Amino acid sequence: MGEKILMKGNEALAEAAILAGCRHFFGYPITPQTELAAYMAKRMPKLGGTFLQAESEVAAINMVLGAASAGVRTMTSSSSPGVSLKSEGVSYLAGSDLPCLIINVQRGGPGLGGIQPSQADYWQATKALGHGDFQIFVFAPSTVQEMVDLVNQAFDLADEYRMPAMILADGMLGQMMEPVEIPEVSELKLKDKPWATNGHKNSREHNIINSLYMQPEDLEQTIRDRFARYDDAKAKHQVFESYLTEDADIVVVAYGASSRISRSAVEQARELGIKAGLFRPITLWPFPNDELYKLAGSAKKFLAVEMSMGQMVDDVRLAVNGRKPVEFFGRTGGVIPTPAEVLEQIKKLAGGDR
Amino acid sequence: MAVVFEKPHALTNVPTHYCPGCTHGIVHRLVAQVLDELGVEGRTVGVAPVGCAVFAYNYFNCDMIQSPHGRAPAVATGVKRALPESVVFTYQGDGDLAAIGTAETVHAAARGENITIIFINNAIYGMTGGQMAPTSLPGQVTQTSPYGRDVKTQGHPIRVCEMLSSLDGVALAQRCSVDTVKNVNATKQAIKKAFQYQIEGKGCTIVEVLSTCPTNWGLEPNEALDWLRENMMPYYPLGVYKDAAEEENNG
Repeated sequence: MGEKILMKGNEALAEAAILAGCRHFFGYPITPQTELAAYMAKRMPKLGGTFLQAESEVAAINMVLGAASAGVRTMTSSSSPGVSLKSEGVSYLAGSDLPCLIINVQRGGPGLGGIQPSQADYWQATKALGHGDFQIFVFAPSTVQEMVDLVNQAFDLADEYRMPAMILADGMLGQMMEPVEIPEVSELKLKDKPWATNGHKNSREHNIINSLYMQPEDLEQTIRDRFARYDDAKAKHQVFESYLTEDADIVVVAYGASSRISRSAVEQARELGIKAGLFRPITLWPFPNDELYKLAGSAKKFLAVEMSMGQMVDDVRLAVNGRKPVEFFGRTGGVIPTPAEVLEQIKKLAGGDR
Repeated sequence: MAVVFEKPHALTNVPTHYCPGCTHGIVHRLVAQVLDELGVEGRTVGVAPVGCAVFAYNYFNCDMIQSPHGRAPAVATGVKRALPESVVFTYQGDGDLAAIGTAETVHAAARGENITIIFINNAIYGMTGGQMAPTSLPGQVTQTSPYGRDVKTQGHPIRVCEMLSSLDGVALAQRCSVDTVKNVNATKQAIKKAFQYQIEGKGCTIVEVLSTCPTNWGLEPNEALDWLRENMMPYYPLGVYKDAAEEENNG
């Protein structure tokens, strides 16, 4: 067991990546993820690694593409407007079957938006982080400890499935300090990457990293192959936490920062005698459809709570598939909902039943 | 019988897709010959652009990456930082390098990334069918400058070697041409020097090669070579714009 120390979310993400064997970080300054890059700038030179402040987010993600092609664990981090700039590179990474880690410490949008915490990039992360048919892994931690734990998992799954992975955090989690236990890593077992363009050393055919296919049938086949891997990931890696959902009439569905607020509201509702529970997706892609569908058998109503105008709620409705009503409550633009506001919504839904 | 010429090992044995009279093929061969002569193919990673040379990944025998448009110097940076012992080169056209990828080019050069940039300047977008490039000449007629490039509204051509030569991170900036045997040989020497400087860790090296695009210039291959000599060479003079080794000697 490692020691327990107090860490800021952004710094915990950085340290976790280092523990996971990442030695190549490429970024560009943006609030509210700056501590992550600053941490890397301090640590990487001492580890013989790379910290490179690129000329733009576009360049940073393409440096990640180069390092990923070379076969190393590599990452970038940014916040909402910067992640939009990375979308070109993410599409190429996905199309070239390259693993990497992208961190989005979300802030309010659209446009320059604001710098306060937000969850308004859910659609971008899970549906369309670039042009073309593709998915990436998306993990949503809700504590600093979980940030540490998910980073390693994200790197492992990215390598296993040869696809980019994202940690979708927000300004609140990034800036928050909590005690964390940094796991002791004795020896990393990294997956072999025989496909890497790391020099053939005159001992194999040349490797090519590429996303271009001039024949539509060839391109279609690569996409179908990739989607078969996605199906496998969907079957094996839907991760969630259920809290008091077993006998719950009202199930609040929330991830990340809004799940912390929702948990308080659920506990307060229980004190009022309302059978409320919390379902917290930890993987946003693959979304934990199966468990949510099961819950639709026992729960009476669902309430999605987000720091946006309602994005994840689409996936909740798809999972529940019309079996039960799904309502939404959210604040956006960097406004954080209060437990009292969420409780009010739970009471409203419960009231309808009585 | 003595072999006087053979295909370099660093070129794959496939036909290229380049048009008749296009000089990409010559420059590919020169790069491959240099990789052979330096014995570095096994530790070389090449980065192909978007544009006519996009399929370069099929033509070079070393490991290859196909980059997003203009981002080759950033991709090359990622490779080189991950594998400092590797030899990394980008092969880019004028639209890729001097328009959409200007920032990536300038900053890779400013950082002194130990990479080699092979820059094909043919004053036009070839792959997309002959649009105005950042290096199209004043008055040059293209699909998107049908009345000739008007510098008042369409701006002035960029002289890349001159621009990059002001940066401390650049170890070699040289403009060459492959219009004559003599110039082909000089280009090969420049490319070889660029790779040698990279291997010695001297900094970013760029070799610009004035090239022809008979198809989109609407000229016969011979006429295209004449056009290059008469129009491109005066605007883009051949020469060494920066050479770190010479500066060291002179300093």
